[in-house]
Amino acid sequence: MNLTIDHILAGISAGGQYALIAIGYTMVYGILRLINFAHGDVFMASGLIIVYLTTAMPLQYAIPVVIIATVFIGFLIERAAYKPLRSAPRMSVMISAIGVSYLIQNLALYITGGLPQTYPAIPWISDSVELFGAVTKRVTVVTPVLTLVLVVALVVLIRYTKIGMAMRAVSKDFETSQLMGIKINKVISTTFIIGSFLAAIGSLLYFSSYQSVTPTSGAMPGLKAFVAAVFGGIGSIPGAVVGAFVIGICENIIKSSTEFSIFSDAFTFALLIIVLCVRPTGIFGEKTTDKV
Amino acid sequence: MKTKKFNYRIVDVALLIALFALVFLADQFLPTYDIKFKVLQKGAVFALVAVSMNLLNGFTGLFSLGQAGFMLLGAYTYAIFTIPNEARLSVYKYYTMTNSAGEEIGGLVQLVLPMGIAIVLAGLVAAVFAYFIGLPVLRLKSDYLAIASLGFAEILRAICQWKGLGTLTNGSNQLRMYPYFNSIMPYFLIAGLCIAIIALLIKSTYGRAFKAIRDDEVAAEAMGINLAKHKMISFVISSFFAGIGGALFAMYQNTIQAKPFTTTLTYEILLIVVIGGIGSLSGSVIASFLYIACSEWWLRFLDTEGVIPGLSRNGFRLVVFSAAIMVIVLFFRRGLMGDKEFSTERIVNGVKSIFSGKKKKTKEVE
Repeated sequence: MNLTIDHILAGISAGGQYALIAIGYTMVYGILRLINFAHGDVFMASGLIIVYLTTAMPLQYAIPVVIIATVFIGFLIERAAYKPLRSAPRMSVMISAIGVSYLIQNLALYITGGLPQTYPAIPWISDSVELFGAVTKRVTVVTPVLTLVLVVALVVLIRYTKIGMAMRAVSKDFETSQLMGIKINKVISTTFIIGSFLAAIGSLLYFSSYQSVTPTSGAMPGLKAFVAAVFGGIGSIPGAVVGAFVIGICENIIKSSTEFSIFSDAFTFALLIIVLCVRPTGIFGEKTTDKV
Repeated sequence: MKTKKFNYRIVDVALLIALFALVFLADQFLPTYDIKFKVLQKGAVFALVAVSMNLLNGFTGLFSLGQAGFMLLGAYTYAIFTIPNEARLSVYKYYTMTNSAGEEIGGLVQLVLPMGIAIVLAGLVAAVFAYFIGLPVLRLKSDYLAIASLGFAEILRAICQWKGLGTLTNGSNQLRMYPYFNSIMPYFLIAGLCIAIIALLIKSTYGRAFKAIRDDEVAAEAMGINLAKHKMISFVISSFFAGIGGALFAMYQNTIQAKPFTTTLTYEILLIVVIGGIGSLSGSVIASFLYIACSEWWLRFLDTEGVIPGLSRNGFRLVVFSAAIMVIVLFFRRGLMGDKEFSTERIVNGVKSIFSGKKKKTKEVE
């Protein structure tokens, strides 16, 4: 064990990135009761798009374009793969999500030819900085700050705007809110748009610190983010963020040991199983926090 | 059916015999490097695994995604207990030990079992693990069960790659040089036997209890079915056969590593079950052969450059393939067979009703 400040910093940074993905899971689950298995792949796709965009245009244009593209992908997946199954059993929708995930991964494999793509260095956030005696990229510092800002903005949006109120209503009771005149499809689309937007930001930060994108590089962060969402109490945004930071930090501490580093992924799932057995509603139980 | 009605059962049996005869012929005439040879072998392996998953997902209504983990256990058990002792030193070259006589030996296990016993042991190991995994996991509901079983599969994969168990599992290096069948027939016989056992199980009172649980848990419990017990039976049996499927998979691959047993493998098996029809054993079997044939053989031409100008190159096959699967998932949710089983009687009746112009519901019979 050579636990240093490096690992803690990397853990906080990873936690922030997982948090941004986890929010997408938790919001979709809150409304549709669906584990959106394709969310991790949307995150990966966002990373790939920017690799190809930067060959065609300067970075300051590429970043907004990639965010819009990711949001569009998220929106499209919901419309094409989940909306037709709205009245189907939940298992069918989950299978559809797995199918979409499979499709995106194969599409990415086809486009990249299976080669890992080098992520472009984003000037300011890829610079090295020194912090508590450890040299790290600026992205490590930027991630938690940006995550917290976005989460606060999201919570404000959910609590004080009309669409936020609609989201809360839909997550409480799907049918009744429909009877009350809430346009369900609009609310669901908005949820997917917000989730994909945050996944795009998360992907910018995540791949800036890992530097290469492969077709399967979205699957594991995706599953971990989902575990984070369950850990924090699925449906609860603050819960997802706390869960993501716990997982990010623990995982990097495990990675610091050479003997057990292979268990860094397995740890996440062990944590999930313990949480599900001991406290299935997560650390922030459903009723105490606002659920979206 | 005590009337003079023609007994279609005989035709079904005859078809089955014909199938095995074809496999026998294929064994005689196909060279082992032929793609059809590989497709038939892999198809049989996946048919067994898909049927075992269908028992759980389709007949008991437990949405479990742990199949890859149990296959992994089966594959490793089989490989570890069948590598000949003289080959162990070269297989376990990074994890050699010295025995009591001071000689250098490869790996912890020095016991070599006959293939048949090793295959059964593969199933048993998977079943024992399934029992202990099932204790916490089976209490969970639908999607939590899915994600927890998926998590267990990932944990098993990590354990198999762990250096600390290197003398047993060879760490992240591959296990090889174990015996395997170099023909198609054994795969068909083993898979066929296992599928037949599952089919009999589903027809038994246990099978009816499983279906009752799938249709309505509360009602099933009210009828006196012990939910926990039956769910566990289904989970353990399904894992037993997934373990045997894993052993067959190890044989098919000739070398085994923990790496390919990811969630993607489970997803593939799940998609086979969906294509065949959730709740149809024969559907799963047909779908797995179709799936393997399409992904390994029939769509191969899409990967050659120039077949479709500008589009076809390496990997295009899988894009077309996964898009086709999405179409099935979205628009043909019942799959090939729905929840019906294959029988010539239904096909004949279906064809008859088409000719007599009756608008009978024959959608399932294609």
